Amino acid sequence: MNLHGFGPQLLAGTLMTLQLAFSAVSVGLVLGLLGAVAKSSRLLTLRLLGEAYTTIVRGVPELLVVLIVYFGSAKVLTGLAGALGFDTYIELDPFAAGTLALGLTFGAYATEVFRGAMLTVPKGQVEAAQSLGLGRWRCFSRIVLPQLWRVALPGLGNLFMVLMKDTALISVVGLDELMRKAQIGVGFSKEPFTFYGCAALIYLVLTVVTGGGLMALEHHANRGYRRARS
Amino acid sequence: MSMDLGVVVEYLPKLLNGARLTVQLVLFSGIGGLVLAFPMGIARSSPRPWVRALPWTYIFFFRGTPLMVQMFLVYYGLSQFESIRHNEVLWPILRDPYWCALITMSMHTAAYIAEILRGAIQAIPRGEIEAAVSIGMSKAVILRRIIVPRAIRIGLPAYSNEVILMLKGSALASTITLLELTGMARTIIAKTYMPVEIFLAAGAFYLLISFLMVRVFRLMEWRLNRHVRDVR
Repeated sequence: MNLHGFGPQLLAGTLMTLQLAFSAVSVGLVLGLLGAVAKSSRLLTLRLLGEAYTTIVRGVPELLVVLIVYFGSAKVLTGLAGALGFDTYIELDPFAAGTLALGLTFGAYATEVFRGAMLTVPKGQVEAAQSLGLGRWRCFSRIVLPQLWRVALPGLGNLFMVLMKDTALISVVGLDELMRKAQIGVGFSKEPFTFYGCAALIYLVLTVVTGGGLMALEHHANRGYRRARS
Repeated sequence: MSMDLGVVVEYLPKLLNGARLTVQLVLFSGIGGLVLAFPMGIARSSPRPWVRALPWTYIFFFRGTPLMVQMFLVYYGLSQFESIRHNEVLWPILRDPYWCALITMSMHTAAYIAEILRGAIQAIPRGEIEAAVSIGMSKAVILRRIIVPRAIRIGLPAYSNEVILMLKGSALASTITLLELTGMARTIIAKTYMPVEIFLAAGAFYLLISFLMVRVFRLMEWRLNRHVRDVR
């Protein structure tokens, strides 16, 4: 396979893809947790807010979310600057927009995963915490939260695999990740199959490696639940 | 930061046109995916490892890579080979972004549907198949009368999720120049410079389409499960 010297470029793109995936997942995890708390809140407004977030973001194509965040943020930021008296055009750079867009998508799905996981924490434990006089926040952070991770991990792992592949969408707004680097290679060499095939193989390696990593994480998270070998 | 809804109204017919193509893509790729997925799902739940290997490889590739890469491979990639460019049957099809999108989406969704089918087939209670064997049904009859209808009922909710995912995936057809809902929105924006309004309108269309699709699947589920419904 002749990459016309674009091999290092593809590797740099892969690195950018990984950076994007990890920064988006950290935003997404926070949003997912917030969403789950909002959806199981006693306040109707919060519940409606959570409901609107998950319904809208999950019903709109990821590509459209990316485009809306990229162009919408420019409009909002420029408008804000205008309100403060600065007459300039401001936009998020593709990496920030990509992180936000993919994080939003991940968060919407993660909300449901976390909510399901919250239901598995026995009610008695929360009642016990209350009877000990723990406040709501303490009860959440000390009793519920530590138990969520183990239950939510398989679902979150699947979402992370989806996110990994969705990073390709950010090439549309011009981030130099794997897909865009492959496009640049195609523009130079006129060999689309070689470059997109190579990109496909790299994505396959990424999914296999993350799949393995997730299995190790799950194994570690379940260490307290394994049976002793007889 | 004001919104101009007039522009949305003005371009509504165009957006509707795009939405029609989107629905068409989802519908046809859904059917194509099912046709491809059935033999694969059945082969995938075979007890023989060498029968399982081929669908496994297919599913591994299509689930492990982004749909966008797959579309680019089919639409841009295949033109690299002279034998395809000079093939009188293949080239008119592979030159057309519509067919490329349809082929890629069908192949992509088939991999996911095959996995859904495998899960559904494995979820059929053993006793039902044993009962079929014990009254002397042949393998083909068991497949046709027991396994496939049962698998369809068990797999339908998961399949409806997959269709919604394909609805969202169809937006990628805009990256290979197709003017479906997202592609149409982008061309309108190129003319009007109103990205936020038009994209939000397109988003509303997607929400509406997915809402309607979920409704249709609920109806189908209700109808298919009429023999196990509670009698009032």
